[in-house]
Amino acid sequence: MSNPKDSVKQTLIVAAALCLVCSVLVSGAAVLLKPTQDYNRALDRKRNILQAAGLMQSDGDIDTLFKQIEPRVVDLEKGTFVETVDAAAYDQRKASRDPKLSTGLTVDQDIAGIKRRADQASVYLVRDAAGGIQKIILPVHGYGLWSTMYGFLALDGDARTVVGFKFYQQGETPGLGGEIANPEWQAQWVGKRVLDADGRPAIQLVKGGVDPASADAVHQVDALSGATLTSNGVANLLQFWLGANGFGPFLASVREQQGGSNNG
Amino acid sequence: MASVDAKAAKEVLFGPVFANNPIALQVLGICSALAVTSKMETALVMCIALTAVTAFSNALISMIRSHIPSSIRIIVQMTIIASLVIVVDQILKAYAYEISKQLSVFVGLIITNCIVMGRAEAYAMQNGPVMSFLDGVGNGLGYSVILMIVATIRELFGSGTMFGVEILPLVTNGGWYQSNGMLLLPPSAFFIIGFFIWALRAWRTEQVEAAD
Repeated sequence: MSNPKDSVKQTLIVAAALCLVCSVLVSGAAVLLKPTQDYNRALDRKRNILQAAGLMQSDGDIDTLFKQIEPRVVDLEKGTFVETVDAAAYDQRKASRDPKLSTGLTVDQDIAGIKRRADQASVYLVRDAAGGIQKIILPVHGYGLWSTMYGFLALDGDARTVVGFKFYQQGETPGLGGEIANPEWQAQWVGKRVLDADGRPAIQLVKGGVDPASADAVHQVDALSGATLTSNGVANLLQFWLGANGFGPFLASVREQQGGSNNG
Repeated sequence: MASVDAKAAKEVLFGPVFANNPIALQVLGICSALAVTSKMETALVMCIALTAVTAFSNALISMIRSHIPSSIRIIVQMTIIASLVIVVDQILKAYAYEISKQLSVFVGLIITNCIVMGRAEAYAMQNGPVMSFLDGVGNGLGYSVILMIVATIRELFGSGTMFGVEILPLVTNGGWYQSNGMLLLPPSAFFIIGFFIWALRAWRTEQVEAAD
């Protein structure tokens, strides 16, 4: 302890000063860069919506391409559009944490493992030239093995047939459950019917490959090998979000409006 | 500080590239070398991030080295390194969002990269800030050389591309090249680094360790 720099006082001073300087540095960086990061996150979200809808062009400007898409907010219980909320700014994730704007789910209801569900949900519509709904993009999420998986499910105007399915945020085991982010696996969803003729969720993830000759093949997708719990998670989250507690009522009302042009 | 010896500076800067390579000779920082080298783009960003962190942490630690009490020196070094890594991570999230998503936890894990900590303790605690900065850049370069060699081999022969540009057309895309899927898996980096160390030590026999 002869050296003054090793004294207790000096130790405390150095430790305190260092903590102060480092915390200012770290929080400064976080605060200054937050707007750019938020913009990136929003851009990433738009890109994923476009990819799910099959509208993404590799050289296109995302903001320009996104003009084809009409963000709306839906009241999940009634299945109707909410006009009083700014759809572009609505943050469903934030709302699902706010007890005033969300509903707690009972154990029976909560098959997707999400605990709370926002009362109002974002949906994204693509309209055809005549103004009819061409594609519906639904944000879905649910718990897999390790993480909550966030994705976009794009349905055709019949509110039944998949045109694209994409997970953009997940923390499943890389190489196994993480393969839900693999474009090849996502591609096999295209053309599948997620609802049966009565409008009930009817999608299954099957082991050992889908038999194309089977009558149910249109409702079946290959499960991920080595990732049973992740596959179950995907099946459960679709079951939830397409069912009565999810977008079920909304999809039913879309089908009604489409004038019963129902080919299920 | 103004009179930094040019020869010594050169030695500190380029020595770690081949003569005293942190990965090949000291066998440090292997974990991230396995994880981020399946693509050249992510490997390059990782190299830049690590080089920046090593250089600035060396310089900062060297600046305050005479004030650091020896009883808490390791935690002081860790705090400085961790803060720099968080700043780098935030910058990547702001300006290279896609890549930062791919690198995910590995940027954060620079904190535990033995190279950064090793250079802080072994060099920056004894030398001036300018030389320490150069030492950090040099060791970052040494790390980068290995990472880029491994990433080039893995991406070129694993997916037939370099920086995402197709070089060898794959059979699956109608070309002729049958890709080697094993190269995309982390163990392949082990083999490549092993062969690299073998080649380097055959060339520079003074690096061969004495038998026990």
